Amino acid sequence: MSPARPDAVARRTRLRQLADHGVTALCLLAALVVVAPLLLILAHLVRAGGAGLRPEFFTHLPKPVGEPGGGMANAVVGTLVLVAIGAAFAVPLGIGAGLYLAEIGRGRMATLVRLVNDVLAGVPSIVVGVAVFGLVVVPMGRFSAIAGGIALGILMLPTIVRATEEVVRLVPQSYRHAALALGAPRWKVIHQIVLPAARGGITTACLLAIARAAGETAPLLFTALGNRFWSTRLDQPIASLPVMIFDYARAPYPDWNAQAWTGALTLILVVAALSAAMRVVARRNP
Amino acid sequence: MSVTTGGIADRAATGGAGGSPLRAAAARAARRAPLADGAHAALLAAAAGSVFAVVLLLVYETWRGALPSLQAFGLRFFIGTEWDPVAGRFGALPYLVGTLTTSALAMILAVPASLGAAVYLTEMAPRRVDTVLSYLIELLASIPSIVYGLWGIFVLAPVLRGLVEPWLIAHFGFLPLFQGFPFGLGVLNAGIVLAIMVLPTIVSLAREVLRAMPPAFREAALALGATRAEAIGVVLAGARPGLMGAIVLGLGRALGETMAVTMVIGNSNRLTASLLAPGATMASVIANEFTEATEKLHTAALIEIALALFVVTFVLNGIARLVLHRMTKGVRDVAGAA
Repeated sequence: MSPARPDAVARRTRLRQLADHGVTALCLLAALVVVAPLLLILAHLVRAGGAGLRPEFFTHLPKPVGEPGGGMANAVVGTLVLVAIGAAFAVPLGIGAGLYLAEIGRGRMATLVRLVNDVLAGVPSIVVGVAVFGLVVVPMGRFSAIAGGIALGILMLPTIVRATEEVVRLVPQSYRHAALALGAPRWKVIHQIVLPAARGGITTACLLAIARAAGETAPLLFTALGNRFWSTRLDQPIASLPVMIFDYARAPYPDWNAQAWTGALTLILVVAALSAAMRVVARRNP
Repeated sequence: MSVTTGGIADRAATGGAGGSPLRAAAARAARRAPLADGAHAALLAAAAGSVFAVVLLLVYETWRGALPSLQAFGLRFFIGTEWDPVAGRFGALPYLVGTLTTSALAMILAVPASLGAAVYLTEMAPRRVDTVLSYLIELLASIPSIVYGLWGIFVLAPVLRGLVEPWLIAHFGFLPLFQGFPFGLGVLNAGIVLAIMVLPTIVSLAREVLRAMPPAFREAALALGATRAEAIGVVLAGARPGLMGAIVLGLGRALGETMAVTMVIGNSNRLTASLLAPGATMASVIANEFTEATEKLHTAALIEIALALFVVTFVLNGIARLVLHRMTKGVRDVAGAA
């Protein structure tokens, strides 16, 4: 390389500085572009859904087409029922599997379980719905809350397993050593020392998994199906907020569309409440 | 008689010569511990096994359900363009193409923005701004897909129909991509909604990757007189495999996303080159037709699409996670951004 003339060097430096500012501006712009949709969506959600957010929305059943009013009480309760069924089996299994990976599993077996868990985390939720249809709905002979709950539980499982393992690994090794040195058997060490120490993180993980599952629609379409009437029977089709929003959004009636927005706002509030709880738990148990 | 003697012998052995009740209890506990430990370990292993069992069941059930279609059409299923439940002829090409075009469009829109945002967050933003923006991006990830769909129908579609699509037709109408009528609902809408949905996934994973890069990359570049932008270029080059992993995980999410796409894509199985036309994806056709499918072959064809979706996302996620695992030295996102 031949030595460049001074003014050429100065010009190049100016150009490079200009490019530097350009890149900074572009990156800032990109960050704004990423956040803008959130603000747009939330703003419209509050504007379009806020008007319908009255008590009767939570206490009334859906009205037939053409009759004004009515609410989504059955869907709100249905979502809670479905999420509870899913959590009832996903939480114990997920925590158990996470503990296994962190405390007991070694070598190839643990690696395999971890890999399979990651696979499960990546399965599209509609595929879970299709499979649960074949595994539960077909043998039972009908769509049911049980089937919907199982589908949601399967979606919760990988998040809980992965986070439990990570949180339990963060418990200092000295806790285990101290307990073992005092003569505690391994199972007591895990249950009375390690698990309480990791409780905050595990609760956070479970709440996150539940919040995600509460918003799922695709796996419920052919498991829980939906229901325009009041039902809490587990062997019958049950309403859920996401499916109801889906039906109301596609309906050609403006007042149904408006209710879909109110339903969406409710759903977001449920999810936000769960993640607020998550933050409180996380802050209390760092 | 013999039972009693056995009992006495047992007590003598465990209690020791002194026979103090405390030591006896301690010995009993010590004897029981391995048993309890074993049972406990088995219980936890069974929980871990259940994860395994769930995945096996999912694979088995989608395979079994797809079998009639697999036998009837073989690989022709994925090149056939005819989807006629009444005649019992099924070809999934339009849905395959729909999934690929919407996902490709989403990635084209989302990747530059997310990488730029990730660079901004890790390299430029003040700590406060980083915290706030990261929280907002997390919030974006927690919005259910049905809400994105709702927004796509009632907010984005009118904007596309009234403003964007007429403009595209007027100025770029000579391209086959932008020919047709401004419907509002269609491939373009689905691509934009998908892009918004994969943004948080890619941003948060890319941020993890960039955080895990050794500072030596940036410092060496700066020491040689590089500007900040040039130093970032060096860091990005080093982080390329990890960033690819983040992008592929985002792609996996886009491919499998169902509800938002079903709501905004317009649902038509006609193959066209236009982004403005309504279309359908693999996931959206399952969501639309599964409960209405009465013929066995129709159900099987839909399940075969689910199986294909399963396989594709499995492969993509496997590759991406392997790369990400190496890049971030096993630090996996606790929040499960993926």
